[in-house]
Amino acid sequence: MSPAPLSPVHTAGGDPAPAVETEGLTKRFGQQVAVDGIAMRVPQGSVYGFLGPNGSGKTTTIRMLLGLVEPTAGRRSLLGLPMPHGAGHALPRVGSLVEGPAFHPYLSGRSNLARLDAADLLADPRTAGRRIDAALDRVGLLAAAGKRYRAYSLGMRQRLAIAAALLAPRDLLVLDEPTNGLDPQGTREVRSLIGSLASDGTTVLVSSHLLAEVEQICTHLGVMREGRLVAQGTVAEVRGTGPAVVRVQTRQPEAAARVLDELGVEQVTRGAGEVHGIPGDLEPEKIVAALVHAGVGIQGFSVARSSLEDLFVALTGEGFDVSG
Amino acid sequence: MSAAEIAASATSRRRPAASRGWSTRLLRSELRLIAGRRRNQMGLLVLAAVPIVMAVAVKVSEPGPGRGPDFLSSITSNGLFVPLAALGVEIGMFLPLAIAMLAGDAVAGEANLGTLRYLLTVPVHRTRLLAVKYLSLCIGAVWGVAAVALPGAAIGIALFGTGDLTTLSGSQIGFGTAVWRVVLVMLYLAAGLAGLAAVGLFISTLTEQPIAASIALLIFTILSWILDAVPQLGWLHPWLIVHEWMAFGDLLRDPIAWEHVLRGLFINGAYAVVFWLAAWARFSSKDITS
Repeated sequence: MSPAPLSPVHTAGGDPAPAVETEGLTKRFGQQVAVDGIAMRVPQGSVYGFLGPNGSGKTTTIRMLLGLVEPTAGRRSLLGLPMPHGAGHALPRVGSLVEGPAFHPYLSGRSNLARLDAADLLADPRTAGRRIDAALDRVGLLAAAGKRYRAYSLGMRQRLAIAAALLAPRDLLVLDEPTNGLDPQGTREVRSLIGSLASDGTTVLVSSHLLAEVEQICTHLGVMREGRLVAQGTVAEVRGTGPAVVRVQTRQPEAAARVLDELGVEQVTRGAGEVHGIPGDLEPEKIVAALVHAGVGIQGFSVARSSLEDLFVALTGEGFDVSG
Repeated sequence: MSAAEIAASATSRRRPAASRGWSTRLLRSELRLIAGRRRNQMGLLVLAAVPIVMAVAVKVSEPGPGRGPDFLSSITSNGLFVPLAALGVEIGMFLPLAIAMLAGDAVAGEANLGTLRYLLTVPVHRTRLLAVKYLSLCIGAVWGVAAVALPGAAIGIALFGTGDLTTLSGSQIGFGTAVWRVVLVMLYLAAGLAGLAAVGLFISTLTEQPIAASIALLIFTILSWILDAVPQLGWLHPWLIVHEWMAFGDLLRDPIAWEHVLRGLFINGAYAVVFWLAAWARFSSKDITS
């Protein structure tokens, strides 16, 4: 986890409104339910990892939050303002990246940002050039600013989209799959960028189908599965919902699995050189003693809360990159 | 604004809560986008090439009196007939084609690129975006007409001079008055194209394929011309968008015969209002999933 501190922007009286709050938010496309009554809550100052396999409803949710798609049912508010009526006041304070970059191919990166800035009634035209260059610089694209967008690589396009979200000071950033198409170095840069924005007090809602890409920077998690929000809370809270897992590394997985089974360990699973299961109330000492007694050579032994990745798979019920 | 909204706005240390309300920046950006696109520049060149080809062809082989289309035979008497003849030829298909291309780009093109979602989340209010898009199409119509008329006038004057202009009523008017008549013709045809642009804008909100929107508007135009040419459908003719376009010739009578021109302006204005509202009704409630 990143050291990004929670620094909510406090109002004069009491708790700040959540940066994002939804109630019973639902979207149906014909017969298909894309988002099914979710109650999402992104506290101000948090970095909220919005996880789920492709097709689990993340992007549709984000489109509803930003007023692009009208929900079939339910309510949603952005920075304390109900959408869509508060859009004029809320959206200028929200930078967003929705379903990948999209720009005019025959304009340069800089001209594309200038166009978005021109569309913003709140933006000061006198500072446009300076702000555009600052945003380009922040994503490391200043050197390629004059190139046509069509000549950009996928990673450069993604960076330009992030730069667009940073054109003005924001209270909330909504980043849908911001690391798509980036190489590992680019992914690290985006992660550290999100970290530095968050430590600035900006709330970040970052979606991903790859847990590993966001787990280090998030303070909060929300996990989607087939249109439902199946888990939500601080990382510790979400992690706490998972059971402890015992792992035994051994050259004799069959024998080890048999011993664990006899002890009453649940969901015993054999892997290559490893056996794991859920021990429930069993004490680790007893498990080790039983294994040694049965003559199983132990190379390694651990009892731990499941990794977020295991948990993610357990919650979403599927592997990565699978549409739900 | 409710108390909660004010409190929420107050939490922002970063941006003003209310917009300045009005700015021409988006319109200027839109016009730069249209003018900067290579395809549109090529289109303007094609529009401008027609009067030049016509003028040169007439100069090389001067037609005898009474032959050829209305204005073509008059070209040799006054260079200003070149832009008029060219506009008469191009209003049939080339100018509507130009509007169809721009209208296809306007909403469907932005949806196709995905830039529409980013414009809307800036945020740009949907009504405002539609208004700016329509205004830029209208300005595009003026550009298109000017791209025909100005080079036409230039080469016409260069090749055939600036004598008095013989009106369709047979009388003569001075060169200065004639120039104003040509400007009136340009404005009248641009207004007709602006009516067509509203239809194009509406079609553009129905699809995410700019080419499909362009072709649909072109079909609409062609169909209007065909229906206008079928005598049995006389009852329908006054309601066709293209029916009074050719009435621009009435602006060259002495005195100007306003009846058909005014009727044309009324019909095209009605098309503009009805289809802009249809576009608005469609676009303001549309789910943007592109």
